[in-house]
Amino acid sequence: MTTETIAPTAQARRGRWGAGSIWPVVVILVLLLVAIGIRQPEFYDPPALLAFLKRSAPLIILAAGQYFVIVAGDFDLSVGSLVTAEVVIAARLIDGDPAATGPVIALVLGFGLLVGLVNGLVSTLLLVPSFITTLGMYLILVGAVYTWTGGSPRGALSEEFRMFGRRGIEGVPWLGEIPYAVLILLVLAALAVLAMRSDFGKVLLAVGDNPRAARLAGGRVAGVRTVAFVISGCCAAVAAVLLGGFGGVSFQVGAGLEFTAITAVVLGGVVLGGGRGSVVGAMLGALTLQTLLTLLNLLGVAGALASAVQGLIILAAVAIGGLRART
Amino acid sequence: MRTRTGSALAALAGTAMILAGCASDVPAANPSASGSAAAGAGTGETSSFFVQADYDNEMGLRSATATGPADKPWEQALNPTNADTAKYKKAGPYNLCFSNAGVGNPWRQVGFKNMQAEVKLHPEIKSFQVTDAESKDDKQISDITDLLGKGCDALIVSPNTTATLTPAVEQACAKVPVIVFDRGVNTKCPVTFINPIGGYAFGAAGAEFLTEKVKPGGNILALRILPGVDVLEARWGAAKVAFDKSQLKVVGVEFTDGDAAKTKTIVSNYLQRFGTIDGIWMDAGATAVAAAEAFEDAGKPFPAIVGEDQQDFLRMWQDKKLTAVAPTYPTYQWRTPVIAALKILKGEPVPNPWKLPQPTITDANLAQFVDPSMPPLHYAMCGCSDLPGYPGDWGGK
Repeated sequence: MTTETIAPTAQARRGRWGAGSIWPVVVILVLLLVAIGIRQPEFYDPPALLAFLKRSAPLIILAAGQYFVIVAGDFDLSVGSLVTAEVVIAARLIDGDPAATGPVIALVLGFGLLVGLVNGLVSTLLLVPSFITTLGMYLILVGAVYTWTGGSPRGALSEEFRMFGRRGIEGVPWLGEIPYAVLILLVLAALAVLAMRSDFGKVLLAVGDNPRAARLAGGRVAGVRTVAFVISGCCAAVAAVLLGGFGGVSFQVGAGLEFTAITAVVLGGVVLGGGRGSVVGAMLGALTLQTLLTLLNLLGVAGALASAVQGLIILAAVAIGGLRART
Repeated sequence: MRTRTGSALAALAGTAMILAGCASDVPAANPSASGSAAAGAGTGETSSFFVQADYDNEMGLRSATATGPADKPWEQALNPTNADTAKYKKAGPYNLCFSNAGVGNPWRQVGFKNMQAEVKLHPEIKSFQVTDAESKDDKQISDITDLLGKGCDALIVSPNTTATLTPAVEQACAKVPVIVFDRGVNTKCPVTFINPIGGYAFGAAGAEFLTEKVKPGGNILALRILPGVDVLEARWGAAKVAFDKSQLKVVGVEFTDGDAAKTKTIVSNYLQRFGTIDGIWMDAGATAVAAAEAFEDAGKPFPAIVGEDQQDFLRMWQDKKLTAVAPTYPTYQWRTPVIAALKILKGEPVPNPWKLPQPTITDANLAQFVDPSMPPLHYAMCGCSDLPGYPGDWGGK
């Protein structure tokens, strides 16, 4: 794309450290992991490490979904309220009945897909900026869930539903328990990487870099953007299953997740506005953010500071990304 | 490329502000939490909400004997002084009106069910008109004005906030007898104000349990929903007094936003950081199950834990044989205003203030309150099992 016109040396430099590169986040992650290792060596016991990955899995999955949307030049602000809606709907429909688990999980995934599809179609066919589309969807979901439940979730999730976010394959030698959440994460991460290597991924990057050029070159711009929203919606649905499983029914479960996911993506070196960055970077960004929050907790920093740190990261990452893009 | 990034960023910042208003409950400042977390031990500074006289009063009420039928705590009163209501006496049937702050949490939903069922017990109530302010002060003020134009014989108010609703309640007092319950108002004009003992008693009950059950020097983690809410500040204020007097080590005071996943993560992090946590204190029990699950998932023994009277916690307590206690803020208080309104309209004296007993669920009486047929978020201390429509109307089977 744009890099093709740049001299090889500059291309190499940008490739390794410039905007969209994953190396800065890898360095930050390693530094944080070293800091945690010094402060709390037990963090590296395999069971503790897997428990940490289990808690991080929903955010990593959300960040992967958000990546597809952001790299195409859009935003998805509806994922947080979608997660809340999914958990509340699942609890109400399952109402403690194990037999309902399978159909409700299918419905949860279907609903995520539908919300993503609506976001995508409104943004591409009606030409509403995705920022406004998904902000509207956010408000619609918040309002609809509040109206439907009267402001407090009813019903209960079954143990079978909660298993995915809470349990794992037990009795594995040395590792202890392998959480299902980590296995689901690995599968989705592999799928995400494959998707970005396919033609779809290449068109998506081209659309984010320069939509007009992509259209003139024969890329189905509206199609790939819509698919990106659908992917984000489905990722939110999976995250909802994991989060609901991990913590149980709550009206707060998705609050603020859209910004945490965007922070993670930006931290992973993905450029807001689209066109640059990798899905691996976005997922590493989420892992880095979780690691940072864990470290802050270990250091005894109060929880409320976490949101301030998150805000600083967005500003710093975008500012640094802007500077790097200029060099 | 750069201009697009710039505009996207500006838009993101703008939306961040919009969404922060409605999606985030993260406190702007929490001096007590940061103070204690930095020290790694202790309970931080005393909050500006702490009122010694109120604290002393509530501690006294905890040991007071209630007057009234023992099997109907919603008709009982602690240290009552009666208000004369002869001037409100009128012949039935009656039009009762109720301005509700909202039904935005399971506690208020159970309570409102109790009230509706209580109304059905009294044939002399011809109509019961209810407005729902949806947790908005301005809506509740106009709700009260509307209700005054609808021929109410008596008005029950559950105020959304204390100070803002005071003028509206005063305006209503001039026209009809007013009964206020749950949160109060800054005026003496209502005929009676009904509520249980209060936040200090609630907080103290849990903290004292931990000082009995946890060995000296044990690690305590205090979990609060959010700062700055008077009743929650009172609960923590009383717990702090008890912990400060004890040998226990409060290793952290954290805010959970009432979010189960966040609670579980916080507890997991503390378990990782301190190895063992011997006691969990909570200012409200909604996330007690999540806190206990964090121990289970980490393969650690359950701590001594303070919850509340929600069925999910009571069930877990019974199944896993927890060392637990459940202070309650009983939802049966929603029955009392209807009873009070009818007494007032019949000219019978009513206690003012009407202080209801505030029982605590312990191992000894747990079995009375566990009911697997009720939904997990149902509040057991509802005094509702004898009401018409129970258990179906409360979501039970």
